Amino acid sequence: MRFVDEFRSGDVARQIAERIAGLVEPGRHYKVMEVCGGHTHAIYKHGVEDLLPPEIELVHGPGCPVCVIPMGRQDDAIAIAERPEVIFTTFGDMVRVPASHGSLLDAKARGADVRMVYSPLDALKIARENPDRQVVFFAIGFETTTPSTALTLLRARAEGIRNFSLFANHVTIIPAIRAILDSPDLRLDGFIGPGHVSTVIGLRPYRFIARDYDKPVAVSGFEPLDVLQGVYMVMRQLASGRNEVENQYTRVVREEGNPRALRAIAETMELRTSFEWRGLGFISQSALKLRDEFADWDAEVRYELPGVRVADPKACQCGEVLKGVIKPWECKVFGTACTPDRPIGTCMVSSEGACAAYYNYGRFARRRGREAEIAGLEPVVREPASA
Amino acid sequence: MCLGIPGQVVEFVDPEHHIAKADVSGVRRNVNVGLLSEGSEAVDVGDWVLIHVGFAMSKIDEQEATATRQFLETLGEPYEEELAELKGSQIE
Repeated sequence: MRFVDEFRSGDVARQIAERIAGLVEPGRHYKVMEVCGGHTHAIYKHGVEDLLPPEIELVHGPGCPVCVIPMGRQDDAIAIAERPEVIFTTFGDMVRVPASHGSLLDAKARGADVRMVYSPLDALKIARENPDRQVVFFAIGFETTTPSTALTLLRARAEGIRNFSLFANHVTIIPAIRAILDSPDLRLDGFIGPGHVSTVIGLRPYRFIARDYDKPVAVSGFEPLDVLQGVYMVMRQLASGRNEVENQYTRVVREEGNPRALRAIAETMELRTSFEWRGLGFISQSALKLRDEFADWDAEVRYELPGVRVADPKACQCGEVLKGVIKPWECKVFGTACTPDRPIGTCMVSSEGACAAYYNYGRFARRRGREAEIAGLEPVVREPASA
Repeated sequence: MCLGIPGQVVEFVDPEHHIAKADVSGVRRNVNVGLLSEGSEAVDVGDWVLIHVGFAMSKIDEQEATATRQFLETLGEPYEEELAELKGSQIE
């Protein structure tokens, strides 16, 4: 599949927008969920919604790994971090997430040794260099990130690094999509599937959405034009009564995903019976834990954790935002008591959270004119491609 | 967090552990290429890859790498933060 790069993207955006508008059935309202937080960010940043006809509503999904970790797990993380022998390593995104008694940054201010790392392999290096300390890595993320944790764990075992362990919170996207499809709160017409998750899992796992729920899926890239093309592919399917899994992001996503990555996950981890998601509650078989043979590297085995389920702060409606039931600005504390500087919920912490994305960009994008938004689209363009 | 940032593989540093040096917008750091070690996905020096938390996750062509980098630059702060974190990385 070759791409067409010659067009000015603004023109192409207009063309796609016109083709999308041409597919709208008069009087019908369409709800299309973009599953991935990266999409949500791009949509608000580039005002993609302004290019769509008013009949099409983009609903933001649960694909923000920082957002979906429930408060109780964050409390557990802090409990580990506060042990004197522990160096607690984490991606920067997690340190500001509020828990019952402050965030990891607050724990650090109280004396906990919390260190931000770019990669789990950086955490492993810290373990190598500090043999007299216990180094714990806060492993979070969807299938995009899980293989990195898996390979790091295999490396730790191969090198016999025993002062390293993982606090595993890896979640899987498919059960969350199924939970949303089964939820009575929301009627969706189709899905923009996540791009980078799909580089790992491929297209097959989404087929149940088309087969069992009669809804179209277009796995899409992250540039505004990718998202627009994804919407176009979903609308084209709806207009012709098809329900399929299409791949807009063929330049990165292979149909079969990444078999090496899937093997690394399967070798090191297995499904938990159930896992709590912020907003979505307990979802069966929706997260991964380390296999028994890796118990020596499992922080949940090594340390006694509070393991208490903690309700979200009452004022915070992050859960409703994650389910796509309300928009960020419909939350009572949005932009007043809850801002990126003083977040109450996770959706305001992560740049991929719908609340932060809307706070940072959406409310300004809304003020700008439609034409300005079209002109503001910069990236290189390709023709949409079917799987 | 889920950003995949484009980089070019410039040399293999530790083939046994699948560690290669990648150039990301002029920043050269070690990354793990173990997820791209089989068949047509196997990486070589000169290849462009999308990098996520220190791991090359998929091979892309140069045109895609350029387009992705241009897009990420329009995001501003999230990409700058990602680059700053990559700069601090010391994968071995």
